[in-house]
Amino acid sequence: MPKSYQLVVIGAGPGGLCAATTAAQLGMDVVVLDEQSSPGGQIYRAITRTPADRSALLGADYQRGASLVEAFKTSGAQYWPQTTVWSLNAQHQIGILRQGQASIIQAERVIVASGAMERPVPFPGWTLPGVMNVGAAQILLKTSGVVPASGMVIAGTGPLPLLVAWQYLRAGVSVKAILECSPTNNLWRAAPRLPQALRAGDYIARGLKYTVDLLKGGVPIYYGVSRLQAQGNDQVEAVNFGWERFGIARQKTLSTNHLLVHFGVIPRTNLTRSAGCHHVWDRGQQCWCPQVDEWGNTNVPGLAVVGDNAGIGGARSAEHSGRLAALEAARSVHLISRQQRDSQGQDDQNWMRKDLRVRPFLETLYRLPDSLLVPSDDDTIVCRCEEISAGAIRRAVHEGHSDPNQVKFFLRCGMGPCQGRQCASVVAHMVAAENKRPVSDYPPFRVRPPIRPLSIAQLADLGGAEE
Amino acid sequence: MFKRLNEIEGPTVTINIEGADVQVPEGETVAAAALVHHLGYTRTTSLSGAPRSPLCMMGVCFECLMEVDGSPNQQACQVQVKAGMTIRRQQGVGGTDA
Repeated sequence: MPKSYQLVVIGAGPGGLCAATTAAQLGMDVVVLDEQSSPGGQIYRAITRTPADRSALLGADYQRGASLVEAFKTSGAQYWPQTTVWSLNAQHQIGILRQGQASIIQAERVIVASGAMERPVPFPGWTLPGVMNVGAAQILLKTSGVVPASGMVIAGTGPLPLLVAWQYLRAGVSVKAILECSPTNNLWRAAPRLPQALRAGDYIARGLKYTVDLLKGGVPIYYGVSRLQAQGNDQVEAVNFGWERFGIARQKTLSTNHLLVHFGVIPRTNLTRSAGCHHVWDRGQQCWCPQVDEWGNTNVPGLAVVGDNAGIGGARSAEHSGRLAALEAARSVHLISRQQRDSQGQDDQNWMRKDLRVRPFLETLYRLPDSLLVPSDDDTIVCRCEEISAGAIRRAVHEGHSDPNQVKFFLRCGMGPCQGRQCASVVAHMVAAENKRPVSDYPPFRVRPPIRPLSIAQLADLGGAEE
Repeated sequence: MFKRLNEIEGPTVTINIEGADVQVPEGETVAAAALVHHLGYTRTTSLSGAPRSPLCMMGVCFECLMEVDGSPNQQACQVQVKAGMTIRRQQGVGGTDA
């Protein structure tokens, strides 16, 4: 029989940490599984190991993670670092890989807090060395104090490019330009949602501060950027793009060895899909999200999802949703009553409602146009692992493979090492666009365990681990 | 090309990257060490042989696959350096089939 635990939390970002801390404080036996070597998730990555000067450079938002980790460490919850999860089913059996050893553990309840990933957006040249995600570059800064050696171009949408550029500016790292790729008329659509967003906290004020500081620091920001291209043979040598000023279209080429890109984040749904959770298409966030109630419960009994994993709400909302799911877990094992859960969760629900008021504004302001969701150039690689181009996918659809899973069987896109993490959403958007139907009409790639590559030796040793 | 903001402080380990002995901070990821070492590309694809380098640094994209101590297909962004470790670019599928 696999070893059993009362509550297993998957992920140690703000959602997972707050869920584990709250549940352990209420008397639950809690184990936290974390892919990384220290708690914090991606947002507070390496928070316990970052030297003071680097932490100061990253800003107050980053430093907030230290208090979450402190509370977690004294809560009594067990922490298993460098532990990857390769399977999760509706019976709460969790396949893990820890110190090279694969095993299966059993949980009475599961809280999935595996967070979000940067949305893959293919464009010509995006596979060239030198193209990296903005979040990835920020992880290098947080964990190692490593930065691009020469002036980089940052392109994409959303608040993260501004924040990272601002952090580089503070670190004295040269930023050649910022290319804002959301359509300029998004601003007029977002404007009516601004008053509500201003009541959420200081998000808008900080975004403006970053922008003003960057402009003062001499970093050019190009708005309304389109037709983004990375050029070069074996390495990025230049970035080519179209942009607008006063409604006049222009074309520009910047020479650089570094193009950092970011097109917002989407929930990581491999685990919740393999466990059989219902997912819904979120029109505002333009992605699939697990369907959850106010306590994080999914349709699978005893399995909750919190934080950005349940839909993008940001780090602060993740804390509250983590606590709410922990209260619900404690109620389910009769450590607290329903009334206690409701009264203790009141503040978190109020805070979350307030914090999420900024989302409709951000989602509208940074809404991706079809030109980014569906690669127009036939030569652009969509499935990076199996090197399947946009043209090949379009041809497959025209030949009658009219659903993402059929395209996958036919072309192998989504069957490489990343198992569709980088191409699933793009293939779904392409199939929908070719068939002139909404993307929500199509089931995305099916997910089956192991959701991470395991060696045959590790699988063969599985029985031994359980005995 | 990547660089460190500051000189390395604290304990270091010596590893070998593509034949060169390099001092890196303890606890750093293989991917970060490879990027600072100006490796440019970290693998070639198994189909066209195109060069690739780390993209996500959080374990989801599998672009940073490298050979670590002779084992191919290691996610360089998820593996921490250890004293005496040998790191090589992965050519194609890696290992003896390369």
